[in-house]
Amino acid sequence: MKLKLKIWRQKNSSSPGQFVDYTVDNISPDMSFLEMLDVLNERLIEEGKDPVAFDHDCREGICGTCGMMINGVAHGPLPGTTTCQLHMRHFKDGDTIVIEPFRADTFPVIKDLIVNRNAFDRIIKAGGYISVNTGSAPEANSTRVAKSIADTAFEAAACIGCGACVAQCPNASASLFVAAKIAHLNILPHGQPERRQRTIQMINQMIEEGFGSCSNFRECEAVCPKEISVDFIAFLNKEFIKSIWK
Amino acid sequence: MEIKLTTGSSLEIEESNYKFDARVPDGPLEKRWKNKKDQLELIAPPNRRNFRVIVVGTGLAGASAAATLGQLGYRVTVFCYQDSPRRAHSIAAQGGINAAKNYQNDNDSTWRLFYETIKGGDYRARESNVYRLAELSVNIIDQAVAQGVPFARDYAGYLDNRSFGGVRVARTFYAKGQTGQQLLLGAYQALMRQVDKGNVTIYPRHEMLDVVLIDGKARGVVVRDLVTGEIKSFAAEAVILATGGYSNVYYLSTNAKGSNATAIWRAHKKGAAFANPCFTQIHPTCIPPSGEYQSKLTLMSESLRNDGRIWVPKKKGDKRNPKEIPENERDYYLERIYPAYGNLVPRDIASRAAKRMCDAGYGVGPNGIGVYLDFSDAIKRLGKEVIEARYGNLFDMYEKITGDSPWEVPMKIYPAPHYTMGGLWVDYHLMSTIPGLFVIGEANFSDHGANRLGASALMQCLADGYFIIPNTIADYLAPMLTEKKVDTDHPEFKKSIENVKSTIDRLLSTKGKYSVDHYHRTLGKIMWDKCGMSRNAKGLSEAIEEIKGLREEYWNEVKVPGDNNELNQSLEKAMRVADFMELAELMCIDALAREESCGGHFREEFATPEGEALRNDEKFSFVSCWFWNGEVGKWAFAKEDLVFEFVKPTVRSYK
Repeated sequence: MKLKLKIWRQKNSSSPGQFVDYTVDNISPDMSFLEMLDVLNERLIEEGKDPVAFDHDCREGICGTCGMMINGVAHGPLPGTTTCQLHMRHFKDGDTIVIEPFRADTFPVIKDLIVNRNAFDRIIKAGGYISVNTGSAPEANSTRVAKSIADTAFEAAACIGCGACVAQCPNASASLFVAAKIAHLNILPHGQPERRQRTIQMINQMIEEGFGSCSNFRECEAVCPKEISVDFIAFLNKEFIKSIWK
Repeated sequence: MEIKLTTGSSLEIEESNYKFDARVPDGPLEKRWKNKKDQLELIAPPNRRNFRVIVVGTGLAGASAAATLGQLGYRVTVFCYQDSPRRAHSIAAQGGINAAKNYQNDNDSTWRLFYETIKGGDYRARESNVYRLAELSVNIIDQAVAQGVPFARDYAGYLDNRSFGGVRVARTFYAKGQTGQQLLLGAYQALMRQVDKGNVTIYPRHEMLDVVLIDGKARGVVVRDLVTGEIKSFAAEAVILATGGYSNVYYLSTNAKGSNATAIWRAHKKGAAFANPCFTQIHPTCIPPSGEYQSKLTLMSESLRNDGRIWVPKKKGDKRNPKEIPENERDYYLERIYPAYGNLVPRDIASRAAKRMCDAGYGVGPNGIGVYLDFSDAIKRLGKEVIEARYGNLFDMYEKITGDSPWEVPMKIYPAPHYTMGGLWVDYHLMSTIPGLFVIGEANFSDHGANRLGASALMQCLADGYFIIPNTIADYLAPMLTEKKVDTDHPEFKKSIENVKSTIDRLLSTKGKYSVDHYHRTLGKIMWDKCGMSRNAKGLSEAIEEIKGLREEYWNEVKVPGDNNELNQSLEKAMRVADFMELAELMCIDALAREESCGGHFREEFATPEGEALRNDEKFSFVSCWFWNGEVGKWAFAKEDLVFEFVKPTVRSYK
């Protein structure tokens, strides 16, 4: 396949960026999207040019490191898929592909397609945990957890923290990310003692970071590579109201 | 000693008279860890804040250690190259974590987990360490569940288990195909809680480039800020490396693209002995490579072998659609050769069997590099719903990558580099040969011998991080309470910074022809062909010469664009590959020196007539330890003899 690429290039967070056009040839449909960019980068390096910087690590869809806007969609056209798991068989010969970093004020661009998502770590730090010191845990089977509860907690916990939800949302809201973590911990029996304070602290931190509010566009759910449901945002809202009114 | 290469030259290896003191306690096996703990020094809670501890790496080992040390009151500083500690490669572990809980009442016990791990490692691990690991396994599950790790449960609400290779009980706890991610989130959240309390400071996007020694003790690190390029130094009373394994020496592996050996290799060059570098694990169930552009290989969890059946056509080069090959024309070779364990033989055995089948011409797929992993029987027997619940996400992942649906056609799988049992030598306290430098998780060599059993990596990382290092590090630090603290003004820090800068300058100024990836791929191919699933003296000798040549070319011809004062991914890779090029040579030398086959180390010259590994306990029941001796190629060799007081090494049979 032969493809035209329009890629956002930006030297660092303080310089302005711009789109630069590239052409890549001999792209196999079995290549992953990132392997296609590898091919471009190898050529740029050998031509003495600066390769395109992009974040990636496990390349098996679980670490949450990779992520870019592909033709305006976070992680590209395939539902439930991270950028590294998107393969070129989903594009056609001769296509033009526009590639940009995740766009949100809360995710400042570091270079080219790389953004800073540390705001997510700060939200977890604000209360996204169950306080249990190492060594003080009781026997694991002493608390039974209904299978349906455990399964729902798992569905929420499947979030990989990639930030696609924020990037796609017109409000740059982190509601799905925050809701997933709060739901994971708040529905398990082990998470009950801190339920209220966790909810308030994480939501406050989310607001303080500058993420927008949810206005039910549901774009987050549509691009989430782990297909986490917006039902969790409804749960989050309920938890918030219960938390402030006790 | 002299190691003769088949290429005509020979290697002169200095034999070191270093005496290893592993500080293993005596007494009955089941009392050893308790006795050790009773003897370890303590530090009173208010005094702990006087001690600074550096942790490099935030996978399961690093995050669990840093969280626990923070909780105890030490001042902890953490570094990781990823943009967030939550992304370390432990996250990719799919299948599960072992623990001898015996919840299934299938007669499991600490002894059995210990015994199977020692046997699985082909009797090349220390008994006392492995027993302690088995003992602590149960505490890990308690800890993780209390943190909210959503393990699979049965309909009564109790924890569920499944089985893994090399064992005959169901002791593996799992969270669908995301066990690593869920356990890491538990550890990461515990870590962020300590950050919130002010006990831990995290530096993401920072890569460790040197460990600093003062008066022979580890007293700090030099790191590069991957965003600005700034070279920074940090002083501490102890340094913990939790930086994972070195499978990326093969270029194509199941590791994350960023996984690297730089931290342990720089520590090795400062005096830490490297143990059993040739003990690598090639995982049997990975998706075969599809072309030259391939950037990494994807693992399909071993748990699939619980229900999937592995086969090849009985006829060589049979190109028929697998569905058209009738039952009596299929060779379920694992079930045939190893009836007792069948498809659940350990990884080394399954990988080599697949290689033998493909080498003999029975392989499937376009290049004959692959065997079938077939679920059709299981789907018939258990129904689609059950299989969907057990493996749904793995099936989806396979389909995304290959375009084939495992519901319709059998998966095609082939072995790939996955894990390294070798690593920095550590004693029972998990301290390396450098005082004050501790090494935990995959980065050390300690518990898996010559082959690791499935679902044991997560167990070891968390045992090391949550339960062992917090106790043993206090014993090291306690006598230092009244000592004067060092800071980064010390000349050793300046010297180390200069060395790091000169390496960076050299790489940036070479301005040669080819990219770093070009060299990494070439190195990987040499290693896979000659120091991979099976090895022989001729291949290893050639590899040693080829690596030397490649390394020379690298330093003269590599092209690293950009400069140091920016985010420069080519430069990051260039430093990692430079280290892999040296480590690769040591792996080949170690493989050549170990004239026996054991676990993942298979020397073709040392095999039974059936092609199984032939161990030589009389000559090789030891840990091979290598000391840096000033330049690459000139290592000094020493042994730690392995003593078996409780189990008797026997032929490792899974038939």
